[in-house]
Amino acid sequence: MSDVVNAPDSGAAVKDKSDAGLEFLVSSAPHLSDNVTTRWIMFQVVLAMLPLFAVSIWLFRGSAVVLTVVTVAGCLLAETVANMIRGRGLASLGDGSAIVTGMILAFSLPPGLRPYQAFIGGVVAIGLAKMVFGGLGQNLFNPAMVGRAFLMVCFPVALTTWVEPMSGKIIGVDAVTMATPLAAAKFHSGELAAMKDLFIGKVGGCVGETSALAALIGGLYLVFRRVADWRQPVGMLGAAMLFAAIAHYFLPDKCAGPLYHLNSGALMFGAFFIATDYVGAPVTPRGRLVFGIGAGVLVMVIRIFGGYPEGVMYAILIMNALTPLIERWTAPKPFGGKAAA
Amino acid sequence: MSTATIRVRSGVKSFPRGIHPPHRKYTEAQPIQLFVPTKDLMMPMAQHIGAACNPIVKPKQEVKLGEKIADVEAFIAAPIHSSVNGVIGPGGIVLLPAGRRVPAIPIKPPAEGPMVPPDFLRIFLDRNYGDVEPTRHDPDEMCRQIREAGLVGMGGATFPTYVKLKRNPQRPVDTILLNGAECEPYLTADHRLMLECPEGVITGLHLAMHACGAKKALICIESNKPDAIDVMRKLARERPNMEVVVCASKYPMGGERQLIPAVLGRVVPSAPKGLPLDVGAVVINVATAHTIARAVARAAAFTHRVVTVTGLGVTKPGNWLVPIGTMLKDLIDDACGGVTEEAVKVLAGGPMMGPTLPHLNVPVVKGTGGFTVMRDEETARRQETPCIRCGRCIDNCPLFLSPTKIAHAVKHKDLETAANTYDLNACCECGCCAYVCPAQIPLPQYIRSGKNQWRILQQSQQKAAAAK
Repeated sequence: MSDVVNAPDSGAAVKDKSDAGLEFLVSSAPHLSDNVTTRWIMFQVVLAMLPLFAVSIWLFRGSAVVLTVVTVAGCLLAETVANMIRGRGLASLGDGSAIVTGMILAFSLPPGLRPYQAFIGGVVAIGLAKMVFGGLGQNLFNPAMVGRAFLMVCFPVALTTWVEPMSGKIIGVDAVTMATPLAAAKFHSGELAAMKDLFIGKVGGCVGETSALAALIGGLYLVFRRVADWRQPVGMLGAAMLFAAIAHYFLPDKCAGPLYHLNSGALMFGAFFIATDYVGAPVTPRGRLVFGIGAGVLVMVIRIFGGYPEGVMYAILIMNALTPLIERWTAPKPFGGKAAA
Repeated sequence: MSTATIRVRSGVKSFPRGIHPPHRKYTEAQPIQLFVPTKDLMMPMAQHIGAACNPIVKPKQEVKLGEKIADVEAFIAAPIHSSVNGVIGPGGIVLLPAGRRVPAIPIKPPAEGPMVPPDFLRIFLDRNYGDVEPTRHDPDEMCRQIREAGLVGMGGATFPTYVKLKRNPQRPVDTILLNGAECEPYLTADHRLMLECPEGVITGLHLAMHACGAKKALICIESNKPDAIDVMRKLARERPNMEVVVCASKYPMGGERQLIPAVLGRVVPSAPKGLPLDVGAVVINVATAHTIARAVARAAAFTHRVVTVTGLGVTKPGNWLVPIGTMLKDLIDDACGGVTEEAVKVLAGGPMMGPTLPHLNVPVVKGTGGFTVMRDEETARRQETPCIRCGRCIDNCPLFLSPTKIAHAVKHKDLETAANTYDLNACCECGCCAYVCPAQIPLPQYIRSGKNQWRILQQSQQKAAAAK
């Protein structure tokens, strides 16, 4: 009995035998867990967004920091107020989901946006898109994208005005504006960006979306940590590339090449960080692939045929709406076939 | 019935999905020791699936080890034997490890002599089965002997073994699997039995193979027990149509619906209707096989079993040969040095599927493979938070169900949807879903509750239909 591996401490006190009223915890099996928690997952997402954050600071300096902080603050405030109204305590602030929403929203805003506008976006994202539906896990639409759509309606000009990267212009000053690479390609309003600049992100665009490289690094990290499923990014990027290749072949005038599309705008960021958002995407494995493919196709349809040069936001929102249907169609079949009723 | 198949990989066998919990087999190097009780035993009258037994002894009657004390005339049932020498006491009620309260008859220590002979361990682990020639035994006679010995599945399901082995010309069995996976963390009773009495296990398997008419026997052992694989492989070579298959150390490898596809490639139709028999397979547990050998070749009743008492919350963990009916409190206090100050949970079985016990006043029953006493730091404390729809439960469900969907339906009392759309009743409650759930939702609890509610609902509907 002496050589027990990892045996309990020999010095541990033994309960008295007469202690017949020993009470033990009663709970439901299983009694083990892999210790992955919601908070850990959200922390991983924040971690994966740090390369994007670094690039955004490099490109847009203080405005990137200010916008991110203000948006996250708006999200946290909305969550706090909603929790107080619901009498739920503030525990849900600790799960980190509001921070993730805030960061995604901030990264998808133009760097020249005024802080109060970004703040409103954060409040709407959490307050209207998430808490009204019942909080974490209950929302139909991606909160960050709802927040952005709301800002698009309220401040259409601010949301489509782009600061030249590395110009050092601070928010509030009338910055040097320029066309984004996608707008340049769509409206022929400027020169196409060099592929290298596109990949690294040294182009006009949203705060944290310009760098395909940084999004790829963070995204692959999430996929390898199994925080994000590979199905949405693969489906979305694959479908968008294929669609762009075909469109480019038939309509070279209206559509840039597939690589140009892949590396510009929010596609890479959206595929890895927005489409992989658990709540708005299907829970079924096949459903997630369908979701990704659908989002990829919609992005390209909007980019080529729509009124906007970029379509990630609407593509995600439309696919969010289709999620319950996709789930129904892609429900996994039990291993041994349908159970006899 | 479905004839779905999956590809069987060469080499280490596995099944799709599932999880890799820590093994924590603290007691795998501890030889089996005999526990001789000195206090009253409680013999529950319902230790198996099927009809409960009725006592055939009177209070104050003296009983000998192996004497039948309860039986019932029913197809799905197994008699109960006294596991000790002693005196019957007045009947009472006892809490089963699984949580039910059932009638039980106590057995008090005899006027003189020990309750269990001191050399019982040697008899139990006797490795000399050279005289047994399985094909000389008549299958029907074997099934009768197995029933008379009170055998039930010792892996936990406690289904009467003779029913499983009885030949049925309409549903022939071609392969019998010996389940030595022991995929549940902590537990080592089957592992020790394979090491210390492999001849008994193999002989029992051979007898069972002949009883059910199987052409082939596969001994399935997880790769984390290389010593058992070696021992069993040596013995299996001497027997016809018997082979050791190495299975992945993955949970729930030892579930019938995972083991059969992993080694045979045949997909068992979903529960509750589908059975391994539907794909021509029978699975028996290591301990069951050993007990079959003792029942058929030694005419010994099912009175004892090897029980692992483990976990960081018990002072001296170990593997014990315990008489059925022994109170856990006596076993832990007298053999294992008691529970430590830090013990917070006591489980009947291992940590993945074992139900918790509120106290130690439960008896060892036929289906008990072990007890795990856990400290706070080794157990998961679940604080349920909202589902974030991450889909991990679906990604890891070895039966390809949607646990989160079932749980939501049960929560909203939509049992029709849970049962008919999401196949509530196909769930084997292995617990993989809750193991990986980041929101720490006790999914199997919702599912178990849903199964109960569904059964009650159906009964009431049947009653209503009958009343019309």
